[in-house]
Amino acid sequence: MNLHEYQARALLKAAGIPVPDGDVARTPAEVETIATRLGGEVVVKAQVHAGGRGKAGGVKLARTPAEARGHAEKILGMTIKGLTVERVLVVPAADIATESYAGIILDRATQRPVVMVSPAGGVDIEEVAAKTPEKILKLGVDPRFGLLTHQAMQLGFFLYRDLAPVRAAATILQQLYQAFMDAGGSLAEINPLVTTADGKVVALDAKFVVDDNELDRRPAIAALRDVSAENPKEVKAREAGLSFIKLDGNVGCCVNGAGLAMATMDLVKYYGGEPANFLDIGGSSNPDKVVTALEIITADPSVKAILFNIFGGITRCDDVAKGIVTATGRLKLAVPMVIRLTGTNEELAVQILEQAGFSALTDMDEAVERAVELAGRAA
Amino acid sequence: MSIFIDRDTRLVVQGITGRDGSFHARQMLEYGTSVVAGVTPGKGGQTFEERVPVFNTVAEAVAATQANTAVIYVPARFAADAVYEAADAGVGLVVCISEGVPVLDMTRVMPYLRERGARLIGPNCPGAISPGKAKVGIIPGRICREGNVGVVSRSGTLTYEVVHQLTRAGYGQSTCVGIGGDPIIGTNFMDCLEAFERDPETVGIVMIGEIGGTDEQQAAEYAQAHVTKPIVGFIAGQTAPPGRRMGHAGAIISGASGTAAEKMAAFERAGVSVMKRPADVVPFLRERRVTA
Repeated sequence: MNLHEYQARALLKAAGIPVPDGDVARTPAEVETIATRLGGEVVVKAQVHAGGRGKAGGVKLARTPAEARGHAEKILGMTIKGLTVERVLVVPAADIATESYAGIILDRATQRPVVMVSPAGGVDIEEVAAKTPEKILKLGVDPRFGLLTHQAMQLGFFLYRDLAPVRAAATILQQLYQAFMDAGGSLAEINPLVTTADGKVVALDAKFVVDDNELDRRPAIAALRDVSAENPKEVKAREAGLSFIKLDGNVGCCVNGAGLAMATMDLVKYYGGEPANFLDIGGSSNPDKVVTALEIITADPSVKAILFNIFGGITRCDDVAKGIVTATGRLKLAVPMVIRLTGTNEELAVQILEQAGFSALTDMDEAVERAVELAGRAA
Repeated sequence: MSIFIDRDTRLVVQGITGRDGSFHARQMLEYGTSVVAGVTPGKGGQTFEERVPVFNTVAEAVAATQANTAVIYVPARFAADAVYEAADAGVGLVVCISEGVPVLDMTRVMPYLRERGARLIGPNCPGAISPGKAKVGIIPGRICREGNVGVVSRSGTLTYEVVHQLTRAGYGQSTCVGIGGDPIIGTNFMDCLEAFERDPETVGIVMIGEIGGTDEQQAAEYAQAHVTKPIVGFIAGQTAPPGRRMGHAGAIISGASGTAAEKMAAFERAGVSVMKRPADVVPFLRERRVTA
């Protein structure tokens, strides 16, 4: 789950990390009030889950509260990468001396949290990694002991020469590590981590991603979810226990298991078609999930054919068949449907489907080829 | 022979009285696996299916039954502790089926297991099956048959698809291992390749990977240097959109992006035959002169 910048800032602040003053607003009037309180120049920043906010015109400097209000009128309601801006963060314009990067990720290869710093901050860190990897220092942390002081100092010395900012950065890194652990993070970044003209080290921008598997045991973090900032179909799918990602093609796919769902998409492409979505109905047997899945797929006007690919293991084919019959009774299907079922209770499933006037295939390639052909004919 | 599990497997089922645990414990018993004990705190003294004693703790179960393998079907929030408990009881192989285990938990579990010399398969995996010998997990027994092809995969149902194709064509399996789709897992492709290479019964290997991370690339390098048996490989997610499944900072650490194309190229460099679709598995094995 992605957090907004203002939410990430709040987590950092609660952990003791110096962040600039400022506040979040939903209306231009609120923005003006905040800018007046802060005094001086402020920056108005769009709060959306998308990179490149600045390039899209979602980050603006204002010299006066009235100008801040003017910027807010343009930024609030604007669309950045398909997402509508509903909130802006208003912060004082910082007096920046240097810009660095600090981040923590969970590294798959070493199976540890890894803390990274770079003196090349304020830019895309992936670019730094690709072009000048020597400007990044990475340090694996034993999660049983946490980020030790000497490790944090070593990272600090990679950023600064003077002891005072090194110490300040080391403290911030330990606090960031603690915030990461407390929130169940999978990624935390401060970019840029700046030194100000008066020598302070401050977190100017923050990014935080929480492991979805942590949310059950961290209700305070789970409450930060902003469903208005996500694709509504993907929200509906998640709430039904499905995993759905919208794609650009016209063959709507409904599959059990993520690996098989990806392989099905690949096979659609192999036979000359384009998948309209990734959809995994999960491992358990529940006809309701199939109903929701079909609702989501059929709501997409670009879908010209629907393809079911079910390999019954724990998932029982008869449950999926019941779901298909229930859903098609409720929804009017305007496009052809190809059903492939094999595995647990396959015979029963075929019986249920045939009674409802559907036919089912057992071979994956045959089913995918048929669906691609039908979608092509309709297009 | 086979890898990880065989006729000597003595299995304790953690969460045996739960909905999933009881269902799959029955399936494993029916398959002929030696399910010697079950564990559910508070239900010690009961008997499951009139033949499997239930204990309060794994330690008691191991002391009474000499269980050497544990399979975990507990809810995700209890899964890490279930793994610790099995390792503390001296179980050498722990298979964690539970899905949704927080990744931070896994960063603590892994060093704990290493110190105790225990192997973990999973989490979020279908487990393993050595056809005709033992089944630990949820892989449907009826799609498998005894034979000489080793199968290792990050997926569940995609593994079934490939195994089904093998079985239909007469290719039996020595062992099928589902290593799980989570970012941090106990047993990776390389571990399985090493075990299949050592297993005299395995004559060919099928490896099913997917996008994300660099496990497949590392396995390919390992295979080139250390595996003499023919390998055919598949990568799911050739059409997956970039950026949707992979945290961008993960790509920084690996210095690679984890795309299907990159993994398929790594396979090709290592002499692994790269399938374009699951149905290629049988013709490709034939091409590599692996006979059923």
